[in-house]
Amino acid sequence: MKKGSGYFRLLCVGAIALLAAGLIACGEKAEEAKVAPPETKPAAPAMQPASADGPKTGGTLVFGRGGDSVGLDPAYETDGNSFMICDNVYEALIAFKDESTALEPGLAESWDISADGLTYTFHLRKDIQFHDGTPFTADAVVFSLGRQMKERKIKYAGTGWEIPAQERPPEYWVSMEMDDIVDGIEATDDHTVVFKLKKVNAPFLANLAMDFADIVSPTAYMKDPKEFIRNPVGTGPFKFVSWVKDDRIILERFQGYWDKAAGPYLDQAIFRSIPENSVRFLELKTGNIHICQFPNPADIELARQDSNLTLPTQPGMNIGYLGFNLTKEPWKSNLDLRKAVAFALNKQAIVDNLYQGLGQVAKNPIPPTMWGYNDAVPGYMYDPAKAKEHLQKAGFPDGQGLPEITLWSMPVPRPYNPDGVKIGEAMAADLADIGIKAKVVTFEWGTYLKRQREQPEDMDLFQLGWTGDNGDPDNFLAVLFDGMASEAIRTQWHNEAYHQLMVQGRETIDQNKRAEIYKQAQQIFYDECPNIAIAHSTVIWPAVNSVQNFKLHPTSSVRLKNVWMK
Amino acid sequence: MLAYILRRILILIPTLLGVSVIVFLMLHITPGDPAELLLGERATEEALLQMREHLGLNRPLHEQYGMFMQRLMRGDLGETIWTRQKVWVEVKQRFPATMELSIVALLISCSLGITFGIVSATRQYSLFDYLSMVGALAGVSMPIFWLGLVFMLIFSLNLGWLPLSGRLSVGINLEVITNFYVLDALLTRNWPALRDALWHIIMPAATLSTIPMAIVARMTRSAMLDVLRQDYIKTAKAKGLSRFTVTYKHALRNALIPVITTIGLQFGVLLGGAILTETIFAWPGVGKWMYDAVMQRDYMVIQGGVLFIAAIFVVINLCVDVLYAVINPRISVR
Repeated sequence: MKKGSGYFRLLCVGAIALLAAGLIACGEKAEEAKVAPPETKPAAPAMQPASADGPKTGGTLVFGRGGDSVGLDPAYETDGNSFMICDNVYEALIAFKDESTALEPGLAESWDISADGLTYTFHLRKDIQFHDGTPFTADAVVFSLGRQMKERKIKYAGTGWEIPAQERPPEYWVSMEMDDIVDGIEATDDHTVVFKLKKVNAPFLANLAMDFADIVSPTAYMKDPKEFIRNPVGTGPFKFVSWVKDDRIILERFQGYWDKAAGPYLDQAIFRSIPENSVRFLELKTGNIHICQFPNPADIELARQDSNLTLPTQPGMNIGYLGFNLTKEPWKSNLDLRKAVAFALNKQAIVDNLYQGLGQVAKNPIPPTMWGYNDAVPGYMYDPAKAKEHLQKAGFPDGQGLPEITLWSMPVPRPYNPDGVKIGEAMAADLADIGIKAKVVTFEWGTYLKRQREQPEDMDLFQLGWTGDNGDPDNFLAVLFDGMASEAIRTQWHNEAYHQLMVQGRETIDQNKRAEIYKQAQQIFYDECPNIAIAHSTVIWPAVNSVQNFKLHPTSSVRLKNVWMK
Repeated sequence: MLAYILRRILILIPTLLGVSVIVFLMLHITPGDPAELLLGERATEEALLQMREHLGLNRPLHEQYGMFMQRLMRGDLGETIWTRQKVWVEVKQRFPATMELSIVALLISCSLGITFGIVSATRQYSLFDYLSMVGALAGVSMPIFWLGLVFMLIFSLNLGWLPLSGRLSVGINLEVITNFYVLDALLTRNWPALRDALWHIIMPAATLSTIPMAIVARMTRSAMLDVLRQDYIKTAKAKGLSRFTVTYKHALRNALIPVITTIGLQFGVLLGGAILTETIFAWPGVGKWMYDAVMQRDYMVIQGGVLFIAAIFVVINLCVDVLYAVINPRISVR
C-alpha cells in the first residue's frame, strides 16, 4: 500500500460514486414498477357469493396505524394498538354488539344470574377450537381469567394447568377492581363455568366483554408463558402469522372459525405502523393501505373531497373535562365560583377551532350515545353575563379578590383532548373576559398524572378526560367522580347523595332502573357543578372504497370479522 | 497495531461504565414514572404500587443500578418495561434496519460530498464552487422532515417511482436471516425482494444523506484547499506532473485525513438512529425505538440502547484511527 495506492483509492471513490449513480438509476427504472396496491391473493372461487354486492371471500386488507402493538396477551396490555390485534385473534365469553356497547353472547351461548346476583353461570358454545387445534372448554375460561386473580380461587373440571406466577400485575383486571368483585371461578363441567361474586356488581357482565377477559389457549400459553405475548393463540376469526416490530403484524383467516354465519372474509389482515399522520394518509391516497387511523384533521377535509375514499365515523365514547381542585378552597365550597367558571367557557369555540370540528360540546360527563344519558340536563353553555353574575355572588365581583389561579393543561394529545395547552390558553382567555386571571401550567405527562393525583396546593383547575372501557355509565360516573369511593378518584368530589346513587347503581341488576339512577346522578352533577364536561371527540378513520362493511366501534376496537374487499 | 487495537477495545470498558452511570442517573433525575405512563389515566394507587414493585422502581437507586450492572456483567441488557422482551433481542431487530439505512446514506453522502469538495477546491471561486457550497449550506440547514415529505410528493405521489414508506412492500415475502433486508434477499437469492428493498431504501437514505453530504463536501473542500497550497504540491507541479496526478495522488491523500474523521463521526451519528427520517419513512430502526422509549420512560430500553450505541461509536472511532495509519503511513498507531 505504498506507491500507486493513490490510484487504487481514486478507483474506490469512483466505484462509490458509480454505486450511488446506480442506485439513483435503479430508482428511475422503477417507473414501470409504480407504487402498486398491495398484492392480494386470488379469492377462493368456491366461496364466491351469487350477488355482486354481498360479502366476498378473499383479499388482503392493510390497516394503517400510528404505532406498533406493545404485546398481544390481552390480560396484560393497556394500549389500543395492542387491543386492536387482540380484537381479531381472541374472543371473550360476552361480546359487544357491532356498533354499540350493548352485550351479546360470545363464546358463552347464554348465562344465568342467581336471584341474589352473586352467582353467574355461563353455558359455553360447543365444538369450538383454538387456532392451535386444542378444544375450547370451560377449563380454558378458568385458566384465562383465573391467572389474573390475586388470590386464585379456581377449580377446573378436568386436570387443568398449574398457572405460573404472574409476570406483572394484570393491569385491567386490577384497575377494573375485579379482585374486589370476583370471589371464585369454577368449571362445573366441560361447557359450564360458574363465577361467584363477593358482592353484587351490575357492570360485571360488561367487564367480561372487555379485552382483558379474552380467552387464551392454555396449551399455547403453557408452552412458553414468557413468549405468549408475541405468539397469541385464541379462538377469534383471525390467526396470528407474524410480527415485524415497528413495521407490521400479519393475521390470516382462521379456517376453523366456529361462526359460519358471517365472516371472516379476508384472507389476510395486515396492520402496518406508519407513525407520521400525513404519510399514513398519503399511503391511503395511493392505495397502499386501506384504512387510515387518526389522520390529521386537515386531511379529513381532503378525504371528504376524494371520491375514492369513504369516511367511517363514530362518536367517541369519551369525555374531556376541566376539573376543580376540590380538596382546597375556594373551589371546595364556593358553588357560585365553580358555576362562574362553567358559564365562562366557550366550549363551542373550543370544539370548532381546537377539536377542528371533530367533536361535540358536552353537557353531561357521559357521552350521549350511552344508555342512561340524561338529555333533560341543560348543561353549562357559554354565557359570560351569567358567569359574571355568579362571580359576583361568589364574592369576587369582576374577579376582584381572587388571586391568579393555575390551569393545568395536558402536555400530550389524547383521544378526548387533541391539544391540551392550546385549549388551556383558550380557556384562560375566556376566564380573563369575566375577570379571572388564570395561568396555563403544564408538566411532562407522567409528572402531570402523578402530581394531579396528589391534588397539590398549586393546582386550581386541571384538564383530564376518559375513554370508556365497557359502555357502562358506572365506568364514567363512578370511576371518575365518586371521590367517596376511593382516594384514587382523580376528581375527589365528596357528595353523599351522589355516592349513594353510585353504590345503588352497582347493586341494581335491572338496566332500566339503573338508567334512572344514573339520570338522577347527572342532575346532581349539574346542580353541584363539581367538574365541567367540555367535549366528546368524534373518531373518523378514512378508508378506500373497496373496504366493505367496516364499522367503527365506540370502544375503538377494530373488528375485521365482517369486513370484505370489493 | 494489534496491541493498539486490543488496548483501544479495553478502553471500551471504562467508557461504557461511565456512560452507564451517567445514563442511569440522568434517567432517574428526569421526572416521569414508567408505571404512571404505563397505566395512564386509569391507574389506581394499588395498580401503581404493584407495578412499581414489579419493575423494581421502589428500591433505592444504588440497588437498582447494582441490579442493572449485575445483569450487564452476565451480558444481559435486561428486559424492556413496555414490551417485556429482552433488550438485546429488540436491538437485534432494530439495529440492522438503521445500519442498512446508514450505510446507503453514507455511500451517497461520501461519493457526492467528496466529489463536490474536490471539484470545488480545484476550481475555487468558480460558479461550480459557489453553487456547490450554497448547496452544501442548504443541505445542512434543510429540515429533514420537510425534505422527506417533498421527496415523497415528487417521487412517490407525482412520479410514482418509489414507494412511500416502510422497508418492504406488502405481498413481498422475505426470509429474514440477518435483518439486513438487502443482504437477506441476496443470501436467499430473492430478486423481487432485493429490488423491493432497494426501492424502499433510496428515498430515506437520500433524505438522511443531505446533512453528512454537505458536511463532507465542505470539509473536503477546505482540506483540499489547505493541502493544495503546500510547498510539496508546488514541487510536484514544477516537476511537470499532470494536474490529475497532483490533485488525486498527492493532494487528496493528505486531505483525506480530516475528511475521514468527519465521515467516521457522521457514521456514528447516523448509527445512533435518525429519529426524524425513521419516523417519516416508517423505518423500524433504532432512532424511533429510542425516541419512543424516552417518551415512555422505558428505562431498560434507554440504558441498553445508549450503551449499545456508545459501544458502536467507540468501535467506529477505532476504525477511523486505524484507517489513518492505512491512508497516511506517517501516522503510526502505537
